[in-house]
Amino acid sequence: MEQFEPVVVAFCCHYCAYTAADMAGSKRLPYPANVNIVRVPCSGKVDAIHLMKAFEKGADGVYVAGCLEGDCHFKNGNTQVARRVAYIKKLLDEIGIGGERLEMFYMSAGMGERFARVATEMTEKIRSLGPNPTKSALNKNRGEAVA
Amino acid sequence: MITAERKPLEEIIASVKPFQRILLVGCNECVTVCAAGGRKEVGLLASALQMHFMTEGKTINIKEITLERQCDPEYVEELSVHMDQADAVLSMACGCGVQEIARRYKEKPVLPAVNTKFMGASERQGVWAERCQGCGDCLLGLTGGICPIARCSKRLLNGPCGGSTTGKCEISPEVDCVWQLIWDRLKALGMEDRYEDIMPAKNWQTGRGGGPRKIIREDLVE
Amino acid sequence: MKTESKLEKVLASGNLAVTSECGPPRGALPDKVKEKAEMLRGYVDAVNVTDNQTAMVRMSSFAACVIIKQMGLDPILQMVTRDRNRLAMQADILGAYAHGIDTMLCLSGDHPHFGDHPQAMNVHDIDSIQFVQMVHTMREEGKFMGGDDILNPPQMFIGAAANPFADPFELRVARLAKKAKAGVDFVQTQCIYNLDKFEQWMKGVTDRGLHEKVHVLAGITPMKTVGMARYMKNKVPGMDVPDEIVDRMAGVSKEKQAEEGIKICVESIQRLKEVEGVSGFHIMAIEWEQKVPEIVEKAGLYPRPEIA
Repeated sequence: MEQFEPVVVAFCCHYCAYTAADMAGSKRLPYPANVNIVRVPCSGKVDAIHLMKAFEKGADGVYVAGCLEGDCHFKNGNTQVARRVAYIKKLLDEIGIGGERLEMFYMSAGMGERFARVATEMTEKIRSLGPNPTKSALNKNRGEAVA
Repeated sequence: MITAERKPLEEIIASVKPFQRILLVGCNECVTVCAAGGRKEVGLLASALQMHFMTEGKTINIKEITLERQCDPEYVEELSVHMDQADAVLSMACGCGVQEIARRYKEKPVLPAVNTKFMGASERQGVWAERCQGCGDCLLGLTGGICPIARCSKRLLNGPCGGSTTGKCEISPEVDCVWQLIWDRLKALGMEDRYEDIMPAKNWQTGRGGGPRKIIREDLVE
Repeated sequence: MKTESKLEKVLASGNLAVTSECGPPRGALPDKVKEKAEMLRGYVDAVNVTDNQTAMVRMSSFAACVIIKQMGLDPILQMVTRDRNRLAMQADILGAYAHGIDTMLCLSGDHPHFGDHPQAMNVHDIDSIQFVQMVHTMREEGKFMGGDDILNPPQMFIGAAANPFADPFELRVARLAKKAKAGVDFVQTQCIYNLDKFEQWMKGVTDRGLHEKVHVLAGITPMKTVGMARYMKNKVPGMDVPDEIVDRMAGVSKEKQAEEGIKICVESIQRLKEVEGVSGFHIMAIEWEQKVPEIVEKAGLYPRPEIA
């Protein structure tokens, strides 16, 4: 029985979260390879549909990482996306995926440790939650398509 | 605009369950403005439904289309090319749109995805409030531009009642007492003496009470 | 005299009138109506019968009024616009008059939100002021609201409610003026605890000479407990209960609170007797009807005048 390796998508804003990821890298701070980073100019660029499509395409967990509250490079992109995250969390609960698979985090460009910790904790949380409930159907269909 | 809110997901899921191929139709007007059934909401609902059915081990086919309006036959006609590949239509438009689609495509089940609420206006981003009940005989000129029929919980034309408290309606502190608003407006307009004019009983025939209504413009009918 | 109403006769004689209230039961129990009304016999000139009060279904005011009339008492038919359209209202008025009921109160009614059927439709075909106008036209012109003649038009003595304590205060005298314009004969006010504010309102009323067109009956409700005082202060819209009243109730032991409540009530009546424009009192002792005789006696309003 192989261990479940979650697929986690992290939308990271260029100015803070992505730079924090870079910092983690240059400081050689380990974080799981399960985390797939998508760089966006501002966390506010992430729309509700992006979050949904990530899960629809098979992500087991998704998070958005933006600047610290009050420090968004584009003024309030982070607070706008936080509201969308809250909205989609509820929607995910309603359809049986589970809102706890989606989170919002805040960090500054220098917080390499925080980036690594968030990535690790989120991966572990998703691991314990198990695979995205849609996956069995997806794999089945993929299997059928291949066959 | 006509405002609406998406139905609870479990209600929508239950209604589309029997069908394999869904045509999900949004509307670019009122329901877009109140973020209930425009292109974005169509995308979100399609993804949500798809994922839900995947958790049950089945995939369904959802075609997403957003029409300019669903309340005009010319736009509803644009759906005809897709009808063969659909088992049912799920419309995110207000009740008017749902009915126009049903009227044109009589052999397809047409399901509503939103609950149509009221005619209203945006108070501020994300908040829409009821403004008009379509009484058919507008008296806004007499009440400083504020409607007691739409906004008074008891539809009083000679309000306020004895339950008005610090500018709020007796039913809830979240609801403004519209007669307080009207009085304040009449004062601001220097029209306080209007207050003691008795507004006579309303003729509800011009409203829905007289039966379903139609407007016919002879100069425009072919 | 406009009508045969006993209340009108008492008011016309210059005596202070006394009315009280009878809330019908939540079931088809005629004996309960008789029981409550019997307690008031001899102590009041007329008895209000409420109409689905607080939007909770009770025996209809009309039916309870008939029972009370048959007991030889004088009922006041309360009718709200919340539950009936203009056809039903006019029909009920004809029916009530046919049973000898000649005094009524025209009200909007509490919103169904508060009651046991919040899902019900709010009718409000007409509002309370249009309602007063309608009953006035039935009496003075003998015509239905639709314009047709009425055969033997009902001669109702017309009342309405007045609330000097609701907001906005600056409108409350104007509202009485509007009701007077519509043809109201008397008003019963919301229960008074803030006597200063009431006197302020009465000053506005008398300044405009409205007290000469409309008889004002001051509403009085005795407090039973300090809990009731607090509830009415904080939870009832349109009610003004000053801190002094709550403190007085809180200042006595639990067993003595009812007595203190009656004391406050009688003191209020004594003070209000002196206020110009007050034509009488409307004592609403909800679920405490047995105290009305005591209050009427202690306030020096007993015996009631014998009017031919």
